[in-house]
Amino acid sequence: MSALEIREVRKDFGSTRVLKDVSLAIDSGEFLILVGPSGCGKSTLMNAIAGLEPVTDGQILIGGDDITWRTPAERDIAMVFQSYALYPSMTVRQNIAFGLEMRKVPKPEREQAVERVADLLQITHLLERKPAQLSGGQRQRVAMGRALAREPQIYLFDEPLSNLDAKLRVEMRTEIKKLHQRLGTTIVYVTHDQIEAMTLADSIAVMRDGHILQLGSPDEVYNDPVDMFVAGFMGSPSMNFITATLEGQVGDYRLRIETPGEEALVLPWPGNRVTAALAGRLNQPVVLGLRPEHLSEQDARLEGQQEGTLLEARVTVVEPTGADILLRLPLGEGEITARVGPKCPAAAGERLALRVDMSRAVLFDPDSEGRLA
Amino acid sequence: MDNVIRRRTPGARLARAVLYAVLIVMGLVYLLPLLIMLLTSIKPLDEIGAGTLLALPENPTLAPWITAWGEACTGMRCEGVGGYFWNSFAIVIPAVAISTVVGALNGYALTKWRFRGSELVFALMLFGCFIPFQVVLLPMAQTLGWLGLSSSRAGLVLVHVVFGIAFTTLFFRNFYVAVPSELVSAAKLDGAGFFRIFWRILLPVSAPIIVVSVIWQFTQIWNDFLFGVAFSAHDTQPVTVALNNLVNTSTGVKEYNVNMAAAMIAALPTLVVYVLAGKYFVRGLTAGSVKG
Repeated sequence: MSALEIREVRKDFGSTRVLKDVSLAIDSGEFLILVGPSGCGKSTLMNAIAGLEPVTDGQILIGGDDITWRTPAERDIAMVFQSYALYPSMTVRQNIAFGLEMRKVPKPEREQAVERVADLLQITHLLERKPAQLSGGQRQRVAMGRALAREPQIYLFDEPLSNLDAKLRVEMRTEIKKLHQRLGTTIVYVTHDQIEAMTLADSIAVMRDGHILQLGSPDEVYNDPVDMFVAGFMGSPSMNFITATLEGQVGDYRLRIETPGEEALVLPWPGNRVTAALAGRLNQPVVLGLRPEHLSEQDARLEGQQEGTLLEARVTVVEPTGADILLRLPLGEGEITARVGPKCPAAAGERLALRVDMSRAVLFDPDSEGRLA
Repeated sequence: MDNVIRRRTPGARLARAVLYAVLIVMGLVYLLPLLIMLLTSIKPLDEIGAGTLLALPENPTLAPWITAWGEACTGMRCEGVGGYFWNSFAIVIPAVAISTVVGALNGYALTKWRFRGSELVFALMLFGCFIPFQVVLLPMAQTLGWLGLSSSRAGLVLVHVVFGIAFTTLFFRNFYVAVPSELVSAAKLDGAGFFRIFWRILLPVSAPIIVVSVIWQFTQIWNDFLFGVAFSAHDTQPVTVALNNLVNTSTGVKEYNVNMAAAMIAALPTLVVYVLAGKYFVRGLTAGSVKG
């Protein structure tokens, strides 16, 4: 039995269909992240789970019970909002206890629950303060404390970190992950930040235009994307898309990439990655998807031992990030990004040889943007 | 506030002096009618006839005030305006309270529990702010008759509540539209219902707009003459109507000092309310524009 199951949920706002037959299921203790660009329907889906927006069609089940038409209060869920939504007239203590008070939990138990979550989130010293007297990070903790106090079946997080500054965001991200590992709670988390999605999730649902494009583990979504949108959305810097021509014969394919002013580059397609779909695309254009880290600098000490084809090009921009260096170089009709080690002696304007790791490359159909291999 | 730093030249000082002089003169001009009323109300009648308007009283007396409160003739009766003063309170207090509470609930429902057509409902209520009172005198008289409230204080309270709701709804709606709706969503998830959310979450942050609503309604209803004269009987008249009757009573000499004293009495409560809560009024009117 799933902790949360969504069956063919549809949601219309007037004549606009915001959710189009969305279905998914997660197990108890799972951390699901809904990710996608603004307007993809992820927040609407979350509000539908919370009961704040009635669905047009479909079913929502929590722990096997159909709760599609129950009020938010009857669903046994708690939510952390983007703006935190702390009650301004109440102290932190009253904020955390409010949900228990509404559920008629006796006062001693309420006090116990407040102490428990305050201890867990290290906000005991803030309990008598009003929300206006707290910093952004502290408000964030109180908002989580309010959700944790009730111990609901499912926690909903609606972009909880997007109002924090960069440093605090990374800290709180780790903290949320720790909390999840420690408490084993079931969490549905909405974000548009793909790094948050990759770092926190047990499973990621990538959404676009009211559809779930792909539902899978972070590894699947990152390394085995279903289409160009998912491939481009996950990962930063994003995946390079290079137009190439599929050549060779069935079972032994090559990709030919024409770069203006350069010799054409021919990359062999790994035999173990051949799919049936490729046969129909022979001598036609395809889109090669290469992540920046699949292009690496030549290591002189490993000369002749490294796998992969060499690519030589003139570097246009060098962007050191500290941990590694991002290079921009022309390939095909546009420019691509390569992520090389911090010691790479690359300089703008100079030619550089890079190894292309084709074992993790992916191929897409340029028309449908779907995956070919 | 003048936050500009500039050198203090003689010319700047002169400009400043002229500025203050003009302001003081204008202030005095605006205060003059009040001053004349006050001076006239404590002069004996013969001094008013003899001296000028601005002359200070030679024998100040409170007798006109006492007469105005308890003895002056308003039409057929000679009981002063005191009784009508309390009449006004008996009308104003429930009318202000009810219209403020209803306006707050309307504003809350129109912003936090939107329903199909809620914007239309608001637009129609807003329309109520622009209806001239004279237009509804006859239908309202008819309605009060049907309800059995003709010439009663309750009837006047009803009329003022009905008219006040348009304004109070506008105030509260514009205030609550700036309160984040996520607060209401959070409270719903916490298990609170319509009234509980209003009482525990919205109302505690509504003090500024409650002050605005109360001052506005108090002033409007206290100063009302038209409804008061149209829908009241002798013993349910508000003080504005009594004041009119007192001033227009045509028997004997015109007792200007008594008239002025009665006018002061009639004006006093709104002045007191404004002086006590005026700064909150301004604060409340601008509350929505600044992020808390």
